[in-house]
Amino acid sequence: MDVRAQMSMVFHLDKCIGCHTCSIACKNIWTDRKGTDYMWWNNVETKPGTGYPTAWEDQDKYRGGWECEDGELRLRSTSKTKTVFNIFHHPHQPSMDDYYEPWTYDYQHLFNAPEGPDQPTAVPISMVTGDLIQIKAGPNWDDDMGGSPVYAENDPNLAQLNPDQRAQMFAVERLMFFYLPRICNHCLNPACVAACPSGALHKRGEDGIVLVDQNRCRGWRACIPACPYKKMYYNWNTGKSEKCILCYPRLETGQAPACFHSCVGRIRYLGVVLYDADRIREVAGLPQDELIEAQRSLILDPRDPAVAAAARRNGVHDSVVDSACNSPTYRFVKEWKIALPLHAEHRTLPMLFYVPPMAPVMAQKTGTTVENISEDLFHDIDEARAPIEYMAAMFGAGNSGKVRYALRKQKAVRWYRRALTVGDVDMATADRMLREADCSAAEAEAIYKLTSLCTFEERFVIPPMHREEAIEMLADPMSHKQGVGFGFIEGPRRGL
Amino acid sequence: MNNTYFNALFFIGLPYVSVFTFFLMTIVRYRTHGFTYSSLSSQFLENRQHFWALMPFHYGILTVLGMHILAFLVPRQVAWWSSVPLRLWIMEIGMLAAGLLTLVGLVAAMVRRRANHKIAVVTTASDWVILALLLIQVLTGLGVAMMHPWGSSWFALAVTPYLYSVATLNPNLAVVSVMPWMVKWHVINAFLVIGFFPFTRLVHILVAPNPYLWRRPQVVRWYRRPAAAGR
Repeated sequence: MDVRAQMSMVFHLDKCIGCHTCSIACKNIWTDRKGTDYMWWNNVETKPGTGYPTAWEDQDKYRGGWECEDGELRLRSTSKTKTVFNIFHHPHQPSMDDYYEPWTYDYQHLFNAPEGPDQPTAVPISMVTGDLIQIKAGPNWDDDMGGSPVYAENDPNLAQLNPDQRAQMFAVERLMFFYLPRICNHCLNPACVAACPSGALHKRGEDGIVLVDQNRCRGWRACIPACPYKKMYYNWNTGKSEKCILCYPRLETGQAPACFHSCVGRIRYLGVVLYDADRIREVAGLPQDELIEAQRSLILDPRDPAVAAAARRNGVHDSVVDSACNSPTYRFVKEWKIALPLHAEHRTLPMLFYVPPMAPVMAQKTGTTVENISEDLFHDIDEARAPIEYMAAMFGAGNSGKVRYALRKQKAVRWYRRALTVGDVDMATADRMLREADCSAAEAEAIYKLTSLCTFEERFVIPPMHREEAIEMLADPMSHKQGVGFGFIEGPRRGL
Repeated sequence: MNNTYFNALFFIGLPYVSVFTFFLMTIVRYRTHGFTYSSLSSQFLENRQHFWALMPFHYGILTVLGMHILAFLVPRQVAWWSSVPLRLWIMEIGMLAAGLLTLVGLVAAMVRRRANHKIAVVTTASDWVILALLLIQVLTGLGVAMMHPWGSSWFALAVTPYLYSVATLNPNLAVVSVMPWMVKWHVINAFLVIGFFPFTRLVHILVAPNPYLWRRPQVVRWYRRPAAAGR
């Protein structure tokens, strides 16, 4: 057992209001530089929809992630041999057109325009070339376009549905959408790292954050097609790849990442989990319908003395193990099993989990009243506006049972709380629902608390990073004593 | 210009200045501005022309360059190969084709850099200098191949001894000084390319990612366990 620690996240989609505050927080801190202008390390997309970059889930086009044939795990986009031939031109690399061309407006014209009969306007100009542009797409261009034939109907996840289901989904009475906030998943088996020819991409041993060593990145671009989530970005100005760094400078000082910190809907949870690194290869190569359960089994119980001892032997600090005991991620993913990885079928073992959203209920009109009552207390899960298969394409690796379980438990918790506080549901029904949803009253109470009443400290359980001690192992802290006290760090200047 | 003076300047002075600059400046640049070592790929900004320009260029130039290096390192074997007419023809036609492929790719790359405004934005003066030098190099190379054929045979006997004499710090201009002007131009321009190399994006050749071919897929870096780096 090779126990390692991993910063791991949960996004509770039922709480996401699609305000994009997370995206803006990230943008203002990390990607407001030239060359990163088109990047959104954190973005929020509307589902069903094509997302950002356009149709990123279409792996026939982008070839992201791993595929497993006869137990052999291979990257879809590259290999050692293919790297030699693809290094001059990567056949599956998205171009700026797949994202959008960033633009600003010619505000100066408002001041400098010569006097004339009309009000001057600020025309859009490209942030790449400075030329006038016709804006064809932009960030969140498909925001809220739930039933759009341009965006929603081209959602790659719809391929999982049969034509009837698809037609029903786009019937006007059934139109629905929800938001999917996305950051780097900081995977346990990252495809970007495995594809990087330079060895610049790496996973930090201490906390599992996946980073690009900017000094070693040579712009070979293999990471961009390799990531099935398209969370690797190419900085066209510096000629280097960049990605979400999970705000590690904030984490190291005990602060939540900017997107977590600013989340208005409080949908985000962050905590450390312990996992068994020895089993990564085995789990990543399992048949698709076993992936979700197997990935869950990789996560270890930090309260188990054997796990804690193995962690200690591996150099995981006791304070990190303690932090793992309070990790909200552990509770959502492992204890309650209501948070699921996004597109686990790409076998990267993503460490960002989503609580699937409760879709609006289908109602029936009887006479003058609208009813949605059925003998089956969970009828609305299978009769939701979005077919469960659609949700399963995203969160269940095609296995709708996992999604159904998560939704049923969420519904049972709601009805249980409703019986307690509103009283229009009798307790017997609520108890029956809890039982059928594999949930105890205590668990329901805990889910309710962490979902609805969670404080900042409960949502973000950040372990001490011990970076001061770590750095002492590598560099003598006294080495600059009596020196000038100034170091020189090279700026990220574009090469000749 | 005095012929002896000309030869000394371009076949003794220039090679040493160029090679010295190459080694000194690539190392200095790597140590002080290591961040700038990048392919500076523009594929992200423009995807289609990129394929038609960069693929022929790289395949062509790597073939031609590889054969030049081979003729320098193992001249006897190359001369032996070309001692049979059929094999000589194969070599000559193959190299000419590779040269033409390079030319097509290079010209396409230059057109792309000029015509596409997005690409023009990420094109520097140093890019144009090296593109121009490479264009001269490819054109003179093709000129030599067509005006003075059977280079795969005489290179080993005429140019390799000169390059060896330069490499062993005992320059001998006996063979090179009687070369046709096209060959001389090709040699001089080659040293110019080497001299300008550290100041251009060509440095990406030096960081071509060979370790990828033998490393394990996943890379983990530890701060507390520096010895176990790469686990």
